[in-house]
Amino acid sequence: MNFRRFFLISVPYVWLLILFLIPFGIVLKISLSDTALAIPPYTPTLDLAGGWTSIKEFFSQLDFENFAFLTTDDLYWKSYLSSLKIAFLATFLCLLVGFPIAYGMANAPDEWRPTLMMLVILPFWTSFLIRVYAWMGILSQEGLLNQFLIWLGVIGEPLTILNTNVAVYIGIVYTYCPFMILPIYSTLEKLDGSLLEAGEDLGCSRTTAFWLITVPLSKSGIIAGCFLVFIPALGEFVIPTLLGGSGTLMIGKVLFEEFFSNRDWPVASAVAIVLLLILIIPIVLYQRNEQKMMEAEQ
Amino acid sequence: MNQPAVSSTFEPWTDPQETPLISFKSVTKKFGTFTAINDVTLDIYRQEFFALLGPSGCGKTTLMRMLGGFETPTEGVITIDGKDMANIPPNKRAVNMMFQSYALFPHLTVRENVAFGLKRDNMPKAQIEERVEEMLNLVQLQNFSQRKPHQISGGQRQRVALARSLAKAPKLLLLDEPLGALDKKLRQDTQFELMDIQEKTGTTFVIVTHDQEEAMTVASRIAVMDHGELIQVETPGRIYESPNSVYVADFIGDVNLIEGNTKPRGDGKTELFWAEGQAPLVAECPHAPDVEARCTFAIRPEKVNISKERPDTQINVVQGKIHDIAYLGNISTYKVELPNGTMVKAQTANNRRLARRDLTWDDDVWLSWTETAGIVLDQ
Repeated sequence: MNFRRFFLISVPYVWLLILFLIPFGIVLKISLSDTALAIPPYTPTLDLAGGWTSIKEFFSQLDFENFAFLTTDDLYWKSYLSSLKIAFLATFLCLLVGFPIAYGMANAPDEWRPTLMMLVILPFWTSFLIRVYAWMGILSQEGLLNQFLIWLGVIGEPLTILNTNVAVYIGIVYTYCPFMILPIYSTLEKLDGSLLEAGEDLGCSRTTAFWLITVPLSKSGIIAGCFLVFIPALGEFVIPTLLGGSGTLMIGKVLFEEFFSNRDWPVASAVAIVLLLILIIPIVLYQRNEQKMMEAEQ
Repeated sequence: MNQPAVSSTFEPWTDPQETPLISFKSVTKKFGTFTAINDVTLDIYRQEFFALLGPSGCGKTTLMRMLGGFETPTEGVITIDGKDMANIPPNKRAVNMMFQSYALFPHLTVRENVAFGLKRDNMPKAQIEERVEEMLNLVQLQNFSQRKPHQISGGQRQRVALARSLAKAPKLLLLDEPLGALDKKLRQDTQFELMDIQEKTGTTFVIVTHDQEEAMTVASRIAVMDHGELIQVETPGRIYESPNSVYVADFIGDVNLIEGNTKPRGDGKTELFWAEGQAPLVAECPHAPDVEARCTFAIRPEKVNISKERPDTQINVVQGKIHDIAYLGNISTYKVELPNGTMVKAQTANNRRLARRDLTWDDDVWLSWTETAGIVLDQ
């Protein structure tokens, strides 16, 4: 009986241990190592056959050199800062686009809602990579967007959108909008329509009722959506690589270059660890918001 | 100026000089092909406690929502205080509503909920404070002002909703099944509280309910509705004593219905031949035509006397056999089977101890009633 319970509880812990904690430990270890012309390209490596002395020697060779290095080259902190800026702005844009969509869905006739929900989720059925490549086709100089705008006569010369930050924002907003829409929709859908009628009855116009009732009551959905967009957007790598230009500084891109172009695994791992530390703050805040939401529902 | 004579009873609807606060003129409301309200004409006066009563789907809520401004009539005119309400949105009406679900704002405290409407009017802060305090005192919730709606009980929530809807001192308060979510005991207490508050504030109340007891208790007048039409608009007493149709008689309280052919006597009363070989019943028929017709005789169980001995009177006396007895503590209902199989219920107050009751199952008994106890209704 007790064993059964222990077993059931241990399953998620074992899962986390194998797929999260151990890999994290390995990355942490690499970040404390030195580069080497070897396979794998860092030193020291743990040699358990050597016994206690070799383990002691292994630990003595670890140091924080790589973290110190991150502060010497301003590329890194600039990338972190630029990532934060892009993630913030993209989250805000997602909110601007996502809230009206969620609002529209929640106010649509009942029989329409499953279809609208499907339309929001449908893009996930195609590979993320293919969808980002499709945006390259849309945004490039001879792309669909430019052709369309020229055909409309809005512009004479094709616009340069691809390989700029604008393309990165478009890519992030497009990709992560469903993560914004769904939590907001789920709070708006639960909103009791008679609350808005009560607001109007007590003297609100439709607009004030929206700001005083709808928005505060969908706050938890808005917060959840913002974190769900902000957290992955901060470490985003594919979108800035494919849609961004050489001027687009994002930490995900730097990380990739350190690993694969420079083959500097220790520095790359240090970059990843710092990124994780930065992300812990919003993740903790997100969890707290979720908890509040659960409590409010009880 | 001629002051109308102050009468002890409040009956503005009988005074032709009185102008109504609310007036529906041939109002029809259609949702697609469904007619929710069919050609309703109705006047409601100041300080009335007016009840809209009917089964669910009869249109009573739609009628009320039109007063609040949440629905617009398809045809006809609604005026409040003489003004046509056609294009006036809910937030511009001196009307407030207490919602069935209470619709308290869950993100605001009790105090903020009550102050919500006052703030929208840009009232000075000190005045808002004062008014909120006054309202919280009225509903006895001073100690709960800082709680959120989910932290108080159902009865308290109901009172917050009432305080919130009264805070702006509306000309008219609409109550949509206000006591539906409360248990029976609390509901009865709250009914008296509502009447108290209505009297204190002098506000006109319109209440929607499907509970006839509630309507009888609180209302100055009741409108009984069915299928979007007003069937009868009268005081509780008259609705009960003198229903104008079988529907109303059956909907309000308990009633015995006996069908028969009428033969008017010419003195306002009519004879009703209800069974072969039985003497006709005699009753008044204020609502039915004064001709021979197929009609229904309606009489309340408590107006039927039941006895073992044949009573002295010759009119409205029938013999039967006790089929069933329902003992309800304060009263007993006897179900008596007449010779032709009709069941008639007779109710007596149990002013004697149960052991001394002399009627029991299968006893032969006599039922009797006076000529004015029942009423003959058109079918």
